[in-house]
Amino acid sequence: MSDTAIGSHAIPSPAPIPVREIAPWLVFGLLMLLALYFVGAEEGATSIIPGMYVHEWVHDSRHLLGFPCH
Amino acid sequence: MTVAIFWVSPATDMENRMMVRTLLIRGMLVGFLAGILVFSFAKVFGEPQVDHAIAFESAMDEAKAKADLERGIHDVEEPELVSRKLQASYGLLTGVMVYSTAFGGLFALVFSYANGRMKSTDPRVVSVLLAITGIIAVYVVPSIKYPANPPSVGNPDTIGMRTELYFIMMLVSLLGMIAATMLQGRLRRQYNAWTSTYLAGACYILIVFTTGELLPAVNEVPSNFPADLLWNFRIDSLGMQIIMWATLGLGFGAFTEYANRNRFGYRNGANIQLNAH
Repeated sequence: MSDTAIGSHAIPSPAPIPVREIAPWLVFGLLMLLALYFVGAEEGATSIIPGMYVHEWVHDSRHLLGFPCH
Repeated sequence: MTVAIFWVSPATDMENRMMVRTLLIRGMLVGFLAGILVFSFAKVFGEPQVDHAIAFESAMDEAKAKADLERGIHDVEEPELVSRKLQASYGLLTGVMVYSTAFGGLFALVFSYANGRMKSTDPRVVSVLLAITGIIAVYVVPSIKYPANPPSVGNPDTIGMRTELYFIMMLVSLLGMIAATMLQGRLRRQYNAWTSTYLAGACYILIVFTTGELLPAVNEVPSNFPADLLWNFRIDSLGMQIIMWATLGLGFGAFTEYANRNRFGYRNGANIQLNAH
């Protein structure tokens, strides 16, 4: 038996999700990037919130996750 | 009204949109789960290294303060905004959970694009391949150029430049990986999986190597900083990343496979068994 004969009925292969259906969800991707920014760089090189509290609070994870710190 | 909307918008589009939503939630959940594992590892293995490094830093500061005092200069001690105890517990937990959950969500978005566009039809394989390329592009390669540093390594005056360089390296690495993946797909039409991956991988290495050579080196490790402490810290940092990406790659794929099996009533292993006959 050829592979194609079996493949045709054995599995519904996943249809790609059209990009236009993924695009609206990229807003959440931006939110994720913002969250990463707060862990990785806020109150270090740049700052949105004044003071050093965010930096000090995530200090240990920032070091251990490999972001430049101090 | 609802009926009318349903008529206008094809059911498949609606299904697809809901599918991305499901994947996104799944990704964040797996990321959250990964975060718990990463935190446990960091708490047991990473934190002691951070503490040793801070002890080293304090000893240096004390020595400097003493020397300054002898010369008649009074050093001002920095106030502690967040106690070490909080930094090492809830602070670490917050950072790791946010990082891990966010990467889980981003991972899911990339997966929702990649699934069905790759040669493999098994979501577990797609997921693991994404995790492997992900950790290389986002952590391993940028860290070879600019490795993770414990406290007391790093001059506060250069933080702007160091952050910039680190993110440039990460961005180039990520874009290089995307380009290499696209190239692999093109080459796949003409060559087999081995050859096309080999050539695309070589292109990626060429891109990141050239970038690494062009970007300036940063070495701010104090000359008397313990080498084994630096090594342990960096290995623990790598360990955290391996745990996170492994959980994302294996966990997300397994969940998706499980969900598909319940939804479509098939087993992905089925075709392999059938083909073997």
